[in-house]
Amino acid sequence: MTEPIVEFKDIHKSFGDVKVLKGIDLNIKPAEKIAVIGPSGSGKTTIIRMLMTLEVPTSGDIIVDGVNLWKMEKNGKMVKANEKHLREVRGDIGMVFQHFNLFPHMTILENCMTAPIHVKKEDKEEARERSIQMLEKVGLGDKLDNYPNQLSGGQKQRVAMARALVMRPKIMLFDEVTSALDPELVGEVLEVIRDIAKEGEMAMVLVTHEMDFALDVADKVLFLDEGVIAEEGTASEVIEHSKNERLQSFLHRFRS
Amino acid sequence: MFLQSLRKPDWVSFPSKYKGVIKINVIAEVFPDLMRGLGVTVSVLIASAFFGYLMAFIAGLCRLSNNIVLRKFTGFYIEVFRGTSLIVQLFWLYYAVPMLFGIELGSNWWIGVIAIALNYGAYMSEIVRGSILAVAKGQTEAATALNMSSFQRMRLIILPQAVRMMLPEFGNYLIQMLKATSLVYLIGLNDIFYYGNILRSNDLSMAPTVYLLVLLFYFILALPLIFLVRKAESISKKGVAS
Repeated sequence: MTEPIVEFKDIHKSFGDVKVLKGIDLNIKPAEKIAVIGPSGSGKTTIIRMLMTLEVPTSGDIIVDGVNLWKMEKNGKMVKANEKHLREVRGDIGMVFQHFNLFPHMTILENCMTAPIHVKKEDKEEARERSIQMLEKVGLGDKLDNYPNQLSGGQKQRVAMARALVMRPKIMLFDEVTSALDPELVGEVLEVIRDIAKEGEMAMVLVTHEMDFALDVADKVLFLDEGVIAEEGTASEVIEHSKNERLQSFLHRFRS
Repeated sequence: MFLQSLRKPDWVSFPSKYKGVIKINVIAEVFPDLMRGLGVTVSVLIASAFFGYLMAFIAGLCRLSNNIVLRKFTGFYIEVFRGTSLIVQLFWLYYAVPMLFGIELGSNWWIGVIAIALNYGAYMSEIVRGSILAVAKGQTEAATALNMSSFQRMRLIILPQAVRMMLPEFGNYLIQMLKATSLVYLIGLNDIFYYGNILRSNDLSMAPTVYLLVLLFYFILALPLIFLVRKAESISKKGVAS
């Protein structure tokens, strides 16, 4: 049994009076591909946003590589993590957003090189080389000097993936990355994710509505419903052979 | 007796018995005199614009700070300087502050610059604050996901986009600052307006010509600034679209 790289322990999250997550326990092993499915409002996105340190859990622990993400030790007591602690821990995590969030004032190449240079203090030439390679890999080697607003949605999302990959994360999070795309552009983005998944070194968590894609790529599928993990198993167990009624009615809406 | 001293002074109803015309032949005479004030007007403008923008950034960023004391204090400064008139602030710094606190703020030139910079800095800090808040939240999140520090997020991602939004308004305030510099003659600085007033007090019949030329001076100085604002608007339209 390999040690998990990420552990969620009894995670609760409320926004005001609304309880979004009601006790999530989850292990992510290195190189494991996990798809998270479920109706909107079930808290799928919140799970990965907490892992990316964009949202603070109300209670519970998230352990990344043996280190508590949101808490740190101070004078023998566990206190809320400060910015410095978060920066040390979240370096292994990368994320791709539903709405791309590319930096509009930078070219595609600059979008990719900025973080390696300033965050990882990489040599400028080396960062440039690696960024170009990564952009070629996602099929955008001819757009290096373009600005984000000159690209299609699918191209933007591929840049966003290259930008995250250049940082060499151990865990990549995908937040409904095809939901904001025109249907004909979904394929090109999924293909890139499939390629990344095949290389196998990274753990991946995909929040998605693409069931066929989840079946194809994911080692494990979680069905999230009303703030808890209602069903968990291999892709075919959950998507094809589950007896859970709510899951079936949820899937039915995608099949029709 | 007391009331008598409050009687309207006679200049309140400037009588139409004073007749004057714009005299073309006087222009050549007036022009070099006004030119003598150009240096002061331009140098006060440049210095107060520089310190005004600086103040705007400092105060704007303080307003967004997590430190509540800093935030409240800056808010107090902004409201005081926006809520009172520039000319009164000028006199405060020139007369009242040195007498009350024994602080010498420097030459008249510096006092003029400080007053205009503090006043317009207060207005422009709201532009800085608003523009930073207007940068989409997703930008901060993407920068966080790339593990940038809060300083790097501000410097590399937020400010470059926010500054583009600030440019047009900054340009407008620059033109306003130019016009505000005409107040510094009241604390004894020899700017364009000062020389214009000297000419008038020497020979009242020259007043129409003098003030026409003074207007032209300010307008010609403002022209490049107006051009700059247009330029800034076109720059800010590029680059920020999502």
